[in-house]
Amino acid sequence: MGSKAKLALVDALLAEQEARPCAVLALRWLERHAGLERGLCTVVDHESGRLIGLAGMGASLAGVDSFSLDLADRTHPLVVALAGGEPVAFHDSGQSLLRAFETPLGNTVFHAIPLGNLQEELGLGLLLATGLEDGPVSDDVLWATEMLGVRLAALWYRRIQTDERRHKRERSLLFSIINAVTDPILLTDADGRILVANTGAERLLTAGEDKREGWRRAVALNNMLFSASLFTNAAESGPTRRELLLVDPSEGLDLLFEVLSSPVTIRAGETGVVSVLRNVTDLRRATEEIEENYRKLRVAEAATRTERDRLDLILNSVLDPILVTDPAGNLMRMNPPAERMFTFPAGKRNVEVERRVRTNDAVFTSFVSNLYAGQSLHWRRKLSLLDPQTGATVPVEAISGKVVSKHGEETAVVTILHDLTEAEEKARLYEQVTRHSEELKERVREATAELAEQNELLRRQAFQLEQASAMKSQFLANVSHELRTPLNAIMGYTHLLLEGVSGSMTPPQNDKLTRIDANARHLLAVINDLLDITRIESGKMPVQKDRVLLPELIDEVMTEVEPVIAGTRLKVTHALPPELPEIETDRQKVKQIVLNLLSNALKFTPEGSVAIRLEHERDADEISIIVTDTGIGIAEENQKTIFEAFEQANSSYARRHGGTGLGLSICRRLAHLLDGRINLVSRLGEGSTFTLFLPSKSRTV
Amino acid sequence: MSPAEESAPLVLVVDDVDHGREIFAEYLEYRGFRVATAADGLEALEKAFDLRPDVILMDLSLPGIDGWEATRRLKQDDRTRDIPVIALTAHALASAHDRAREVGCNAVVTKPCLPKDLEQEVRRQLEMKTTQGGDAHP
Repeated sequence: MGSKAKLALVDALLAEQEARPCAVLALRWLERHAGLERGLCTVVDHESGRLIGLAGMGASLAGVDSFSLDLADRTHPLVVALAGGEPVAFHDSGQSLLRAFETPLGNTVFHAIPLGNLQEELGLGLLLATGLEDGPVSDDVLWATEMLGVRLAALWYRRIQTDERRHKRERSLLFSIINAVTDPILLTDADGRILVANTGAERLLTAGEDKREGWRRAVALNNMLFSASLFTNAAESGPTRRELLLVDPSEGLDLLFEVLSSPVTIRAGETGVVSVLRNVTDLRRATEEIEENYRKLRVAEAATRTERDRLDLILNSVLDPILVTDPAGNLMRMNPPAERMFTFPAGKRNVEVERRVRTNDAVFTSFVSNLYAGQSLHWRRKLSLLDPQTGATVPVEAISGKVVSKHGEETAVVTILHDLTEAEEKARLYEQVTRHSEELKERVREATAELAEQNELLRRQAFQLEQASAMKSQFLANVSHELRTPLNAIMGYTHLLLEGVSGSMTPPQNDKLTRIDANARHLLAVINDLLDITRIESGKMPVQKDRVLLPELIDEVMTEVEPVIAGTRLKVTHALPPELPEIETDRQKVKQIVLNLLSNALKFTPEGSVAIRLEHERDADEISIIVTDTGIGIAEENQKTIFEAFEQANSSYARRHGGTGLGLSICRRLAHLLDGRINLVSRLGEGSTFTLFLPSKSRTV
Repeated sequence: MSPAEESAPLVLVVDDVDHGREIFAEYLEYRGFRVATAADGLEALEKAFDLRPDVILMDLSLPGIDGWEATRRLKQDDRTRDIPVIALTAHALASAHDRAREVGCNAVVTKPCLPKDLEQEVRRQLEMKTTQGGDAHP
């Protein structure tokens, strides 16, 4: 072999910058110059600690790539050969082999030649070759192998160094990345031992000596829990997902993790598990919170629904239409009375009804828009709507109020329509009543005026009557005056004659003059009585009240009638109680009454007795003067009329006794003037009792 | 009928009615009085001032100056103030009597009046006048 061929190999090897083509160049050169048939170049991969295939010739590429031998297997013949540093020939007889092994070269004799002669413990690699001469390997083969080794050493180690730097970089980057992941990430081997753990995982699963006892216990517990969870899922071949409860060593809180585990190949034939732990504690809390919120929402919803139902109930129970509109003016809600006014009734369409509903809607919309336009919160106005069914005008008072939220946002407008039909009807009725009342007032006024006129007439008549009465009184007074004057002459001359002023009379003349005198006196009595009645009736009878001692008065009366009594055969008595009150009355009139009663008694009692007595009950407010006779008496039917003017039970008898027929009438009237009265008890033929009652004070004399 | 003595009391009878004057004048003269008469108020005043009678019988309803007015004037005049005046009237109403007393009449007698009753009243007035300081006495 010439040096030219060797030089060509060196040049080619130096020209090649990649390990694998270099190996191929060397294998081709050996095929051409040393009879190599098939060859395999292997190199030591320090990183994995294995001998791996680099390039091959006459062997399949897959075989080259799949070749891998653990250098730790020190008894392996190839490892031994590599460590020996000398070429070794292997034979297929198997007798020289300590154990069988496989190479991509098949079961043939082959040589294993170490690449280079370096001071490396395991050398650079081995060149496995068939077809070389038996016996010791030729120098050319050794040279070529050495050259390849030198070149591979240069290329391979540079590559390794580059790779290592890169690996270091990548490794630290990778660690940075996994450490940057807050979720704990772990790589465990098949036995569960932790190979790699990021910061998050270390925090949970490792504890230095400096940590508290509690921390260390928590970590121990976490390791136990984590391992247990790993083995629970060991049977699974694919990625698994499970939940794991760990303890936060720093705070002692429970942490819930979702663990994602995926099996990985650590090295050839060795598997591990990568576990990523995602903290779902917050998630679960969030979930629980969401669930709680959802539950609350449901409760709130239910409450709202209840509230809404109640509101509906209220709204529906109000008879006035109520409408709720949103700020855009759209109708949100209405109660049934409002529906009646503002919605088309279900069923058969009715053009008229729909037209009225639309009219109502327009009126209402116009009204509400006023409220939105303005600043005021309330709005009130009278509207005129139509009853959709009848078409009748419905006057309403619309009262709107803005519903403003706590944030001052206008959320809705509530409008209530108050039907004014009744109110207007009432107002109309009121007006009618007022009108009627006015009419009535007018009538009353007219009637009053008429009445006033009548009153005036009556007043005038009364005045005329009064005048007439006055004239009558005056007339009577005049008549009295005119009667008295001639009577004075008659009585005067009679008297002169009877007195013998004009010489003495014969007895028959005297008789006749006496008759004239008696008649003149009777006439005078009649005139006086008439005058009394006239005065009493016209209210012109003066009453002069004074303190009166009745016993004294009775004595006076008895004295005056003494001549009359003397002319009768009557027994006349008078009786006074021991204690008599002084009374205040008109002395003259009491005397006139008593005199009259006594005179009557004497006149109408032909025989028997006449008694006068006074009676007074202690503390009574009346005193009575009683005149009793045993005379002719008065028939019951005449007992009332005898007190009337010009009545006398028996007028002829009265005349015979010189009565005027006016005496009792005057007595009764005088008694009334004195606030007293006269009572009569009588039986015809048995006598009479006249009693004069007079008011008295309870003062005794 | 005996003629009246010079010292007998003088009664002035005033009445517009002749028979009224005659009855009382005749009876009083018969009973011993001196009597003068007057038919109306004016004459009554003249005679009263002129004769200074002891008693005057004064009818109230008189033509011209009536009895009330005549009495009022007599009672206002010092010459006649103390002469008793007996009103003699056919008026029976209290008002007529009251007015008579108001103008100064010493008594009121209602007609018809019996001459002897009138004489009694004249004597009563004369007695009262005497006890009050008068001197005339029939």
